[in-house]
Amino acid sequence: MKQKDNEIRFDLQIIASWIEPGSKVLGLGCGEGELLHFLKKNKGVVCTGIELNEDKVAKCIAKGLSVLQGDINEEVLDYPDDAFDYVILSQTLQQIYEPGELIRSMLRIGKKGVVSFPNFSHWSIRLQLLATGRAPITKQLPYDWHDTPNIRVIALKDFRRFSKETGFSILREVAINTDYHEKSGNIIKFFANLRATYGIFLIGKRKQ
Amino acid sequence: MSEYIEHDKTGLSVGVVDKKLFTFAQPPGELTLENGSTLGPVTLAYETYGELNPDRSNAVLIMHALSGDSHVAGYYSNDEAKPGWWEIMVGPGKGIDTNKYFVVCSNILGSCMGSTGPGSINPKTGKAFGLDFPVVTIGDMVTAQKALINHLGIKRILSLVGGSIGGLQVLEWCLRYPDMIVSAIPLATTPKHSALTIAFNEVARQAIMADPNWHKGDYYNGAKPDLGLAVARMIGHITYLSDESMRHKFGRRLQDRSDFSFNFDADFQVESYLRYQGSKFVERFDANSFLYITKAADYFDLTRQYDSGSLVKAFSRAMAKFLVVSFTSDWLYPTYQSKAMVKAMKKNGLDVSFCEIEADWGHDAFLLPNKRLTDLVKGFLERVYDETKR
Repeated sequence: MKQKDNEIRFDLQIIASWIEPGSKVLGLGCGEGELLHFLKKNKGVVCTGIELNEDKVAKCIAKGLSVLQGDINEEVLDYPDDAFDYVILSQTLQQIYEPGELIRSMLRIGKKGVVSFPNFSHWSIRLQLLATGRAPITKQLPYDWHDTPNIRVIALKDFRRFSKETGFSILREVAINTDYHEKSGNIIKFFANLRATYGIFLIGKRKQ
Repeated sequence: MSEYIEHDKTGLSVGVVDKKLFTFAQPPGELTLENGSTLGPVTLAYETYGELNPDRSNAVLIMHALSGDSHVAGYYSNDEAKPGWWEIMVGPGKGIDTNKYFVVCSNILGSCMGSTGPGSINPKTGKAFGLDFPVVTIGDMVTAQKALINHLGIKRILSLVGGSIGGLQVLEWCLRYPDMIVSAIPLATTPKHSALTIAFNEVARQAIMADPNWHKGDYYNGAKPDLGLAVARMIGHITYLSDESMRHKFGRRLQDRSDFSFNFDADFQVESYLRYQGSKFVERFDANSFLYITKAADYFDLTRQYDSGSLVKAFSRAMAKFLVVSFTSDWLYPTYQSKAMVKAMKKNGLDVSFCEIEADWGHDAFLLPNKRLTDLVKGFLERVYDETKR
């Protein structure tokens, strides 16, 4: 039973399209393993996942994925250098306490990294703040300020500047417009910082 | 562990099975043990379920814990009341599916359930070994199991599965015969006993050795050290539970009375439970075997073997894919010990999955019906089996 491309989320489809067949991938905060399962079945990728939630970990292992239960910030420390071709952090950056540390670890244990996050400078967020004067709540960031796991707000522009400060390079970047559960979406070419709901970045070690 | 054995509610079972014996290491080809002595002939009692496939790639070896035996699943006869000790996990369509896999389990060396142990007859004297039986190690148990696996014509083992002391054997196998093992599932286990675990085992051994009937292990022709063994088992049962599970199971409830007896009868349910478990255990287990197996488990230390010096170096020998499982309330083999193994496996680039299952039932959780554990084992085995076919 081969899963079709359009059966996973649009943002995951884009990430999947960047991964070389047969490569070695680590998924951080891999949830129920949707992307890893897809990569394994369709691209012969050797997958490992890390996930904190016992229920999700169990579901991943039961469907035949190699997944570890643990805190991604700690678990990344154990792997040898360049143990993976890609280390993927999908829609989790906004929940990380020390994003610089984690990205440095990702690029130590992986040759390349993939980072995606909801774009906080989307026009609807700007408008909401302007119009209501309250912390914005959107489909992509659906929590109230006091019970959100999303402790960081990031705009596409911020991430580009962050790459220079932290010392990694952006090899590829795609801005998309889609709702969280939608299987399809659009790639945004112009005024992405204003129009995109998500940014997806392929990152690499900065050349010395 | 036998207190939990129950019929599988699904009614699925491997059915009637029989215990087989395999004898090897006949003199002069005795088994050389880790302590330098030799032992032979050696008999292992074992059972198998399911069929070995034509390319012999579907063998799953199950390792039992301290007081277990080769009788993992099924019944010895149609009118037998109780099935094997892991009936809930092993059988047609179950976590370890006997329609798919060829399942083997043998009674460990040093035990008293059909394999050679201190209660067996010493061919040199014609009497039971008693303390003349050599102090065997987990490594020696594994070496003996390897002889059985060779005898069965199995070159590669699809998966090793074992909890507690069974888990120690799983780990030992992976380092002793790395190229024979495709995958391994160590459950509720540890790379080495903590001081706490050794302490409990030592108190249990002292209880046996303090029994006047023990006679330095030479009791096979007279009264047995039943009281000592019963107390040893009571200590064991405390360590298999948890504060939480004991509160649920017993609290401070009284047993068959409405007030204190003001004497030393079993007033509390927990007292009555422990006494019952202790007295039941002496009917089926040999006190000397208890001494030998707990000692072997206490000696076990992966960081000492193979000149490793560290857990990371120890696992550099391993080649298997691992599924490590721990339980939140297990204080005998707590999660931090499983995590230390997982860390060492990761540092060696091994394929490892790890899940800490939330369970209130302490160390015993791995033997209780648990859909999560069944799903994990089933999914993992299916994956590794599929991957052998590529």
